[in-house]
Amino acid sequence: MIFFKRQLPLAITLIMGVVFALQYYIPHPVSEDAITHLSKWMQIISGFAMVLGLASLFQVHAMKIKRQVPGWGYSGILFFAMLATLAVGLFWSKGETTANGVQTAFGWIYSYTMVPLQATMFSILAFFIASAAYRAFRARSREAALLLTAAVVVMMGRVPLGQFLLPWTWDVTQWLLNVINSAVRRAILIGVSMGSVALSLKIILGYERSYLGGGKDQ
Amino acid sequence: MILVSLFLLLLIHGAAFAAPFPLTPPEGFRALDTPNDAGTSISLVWKASPGDSKDRKVQVWLAEKKANGSVGEFKKITELPSKSRYIKPGDFPWWDQPAAKGDHYVKIPSSQSFPIEDGKGYAAKLVIREGDQEVSSPVSEATPAPNWVNLAQINNLAFVVVFTGILLTSIGASRRNPHMYLRRIAGLDAVEEAIGRSTEMGRPILYLTGAGDMGDVSTIAATVILGEVAKKVARYDTTLKVPHRDPIVMAVCQEVVKEAYVEVGRPDAYREDSNFFITGDQFSYTAAVDGIMLREKPAANFFMGSYFAESLLLTETGASTGAIQIAGTDSDHQLPFFVTTCDYTLIGEELYAASAYLSREPVLVGTLRGQDIGKAIIMAALILGTTLATLGVLVQSDAVNYILDLFKDFK
Repeated sequence: MIFFKRQLPLAITLIMGVVFALQYYIPHPVSEDAITHLSKWMQIISGFAMVLGLASLFQVHAMKIKRQVPGWGYSGILFFAMLATLAVGLFWSKGETTANGVQTAFGWIYSYTMVPLQATMFSILAFFIASAAYRAFRARSREAALLLTAAVVVMMGRVPLGQFLLPWTWDVTQWLLNVINSAVRRAILIGVSMGSVALSLKIILGYERSYLGGGKDQ
Repeated sequence: MILVSLFLLLLIHGAAFAAPFPLTPPEGFRALDTPNDAGTSISLVWKASPGDSKDRKVQVWLAEKKANGSVGEFKKITELPSKSRYIKPGDFPWWDQPAAKGDHYVKIPSSQSFPIEDGKGYAAKLVIREGDQEVSSPVSEATPAPNWVNLAQINNLAFVVVFTGILLTSIGASRRNPHMYLRRIAGLDAVEEAIGRSTEMGRPILYLTGAGDMGDVSTIAATVILGEVAKKVARYDTTLKVPHRDPIVMAVCQEVVKEAYVEVGRPDAYREDSNFFITGDQFSYTAAVDGIMLREKPAANFFMGSYFAESLLLTETGASTGAIQIAGTDSDHQLPFFVTTCDYTLIGEELYAASAYLSREPVLVGTLRGQDIGKAIIMAALILGTTLATLGVLVQSDAVNYILDLFKDFK
């Protein structure tokens, strides 16, 4: 069934790639409606795809529990948390986080477990930045020394105390950010844009097809 | 005598400064169908006046035309200072200008208070007010209509066509001459080393495809590289783990990895659970992957695709486990974190070039040459544009805009 596995997906890719690209140049409502329609289709497909994800999640963790691999208890906690949230959301709170201005049980789970857990993960970033900065700013080479100097100047130029102690750091910081940093960023972005357009064209025209699996049967 | 003359002179000057410009109806006022839109707005243009000031106000009034041709009741849409909304260089390209530079231009979009529908006629007038005086412009009519082509972006389309032509020509050239030079990319050369190290240590390889879905080019690039990595993993008979944030990406990666194992003749070694879904939530996913890193201690971590705040949380944890780390991303804001914490980083376009570099297929390698030609054109345009813009300022001429507009992005 090479037709369904290769030719049909490539034909869909070509047609949709050209349609989506041309849509950018067509302001007519027909074009806008078509894109809205396609976006809804994509959302529907994504919804169905979530079933795939959940199936994978269940399979992996059920296997861990069955084989009692080290840490299998965490898989049990995952099942308990997932099913409990689902049950509370569906049966007690009817999918709502608030009802008549009062937080539901589902809303409570989200606000008092999910949000703090997410905040905890995010806040760890501060410590990780400190350790990564320590490693990056050790002046082991000329380049690292230059990086360290620039970083110190930028840090001083960005905080009120630094500006008070060393007023010149503000101007140098602005120059470093607006000239050196912007120039390098733009160079990277131009490269990224060209690469992105080239890869998109390769995919639309069917030259790059390894994302379909395999790749030697061109 | 001199004093009297000076006094008179000052008096005349003072009078000249104090004398306000008389209120006159706006010159050249006309309503028109907004160019390059979906037919749900109309535009108004009129000439600039020496009397334009912040205190002098312009009121825009619109009315709907009825089926019998009569004009309905006028409704005030907006009020703005008369010294505003001038057409500036760069607002419209020279090939698609609704009015001359320096004229006033106001676009009236459809709103709840005054809906504008395509095909219906509308009448417009301006009322100029200053203090308790006001004058009105003649009524002008326009019928909005949708456009099939955004003429302002036609230069962009021309560049896409030219770039496509360059790419196809480069691919043709690489087919005739498959031995093209590719500069060394250390991060991709290290892939083999990383997989070999994992095999020797008997530890798994962790491969992440980033935060994007299959609509992101960087995610597609990540899946393409995964295919090449999976082939090497299959040859070495090492364990590959690919945790996912998006179920569709997971399904694609399952297929890619399976095909890679088949291609190298090791379908028996393929494990269905090498690709698995964790969650779509950013920090929950990060916590889970960090847990995998700390518990299973993979010997090699690959971070390909687009990343956000989770990048440092992932790579710093990976670095603490002593794994060899290779990252590749087009997320320029995350590059410093990857460079700091990973052994090798594919910067921007190197991520997209990876499939050509690893597979060495002439068709894919040819596109890299095309990209380089495209970049050379952009560099030439930058130099030409800078020179022309500088010349334009020096000689006080707008003539250079005929060339500069060709390279601008107009909405």
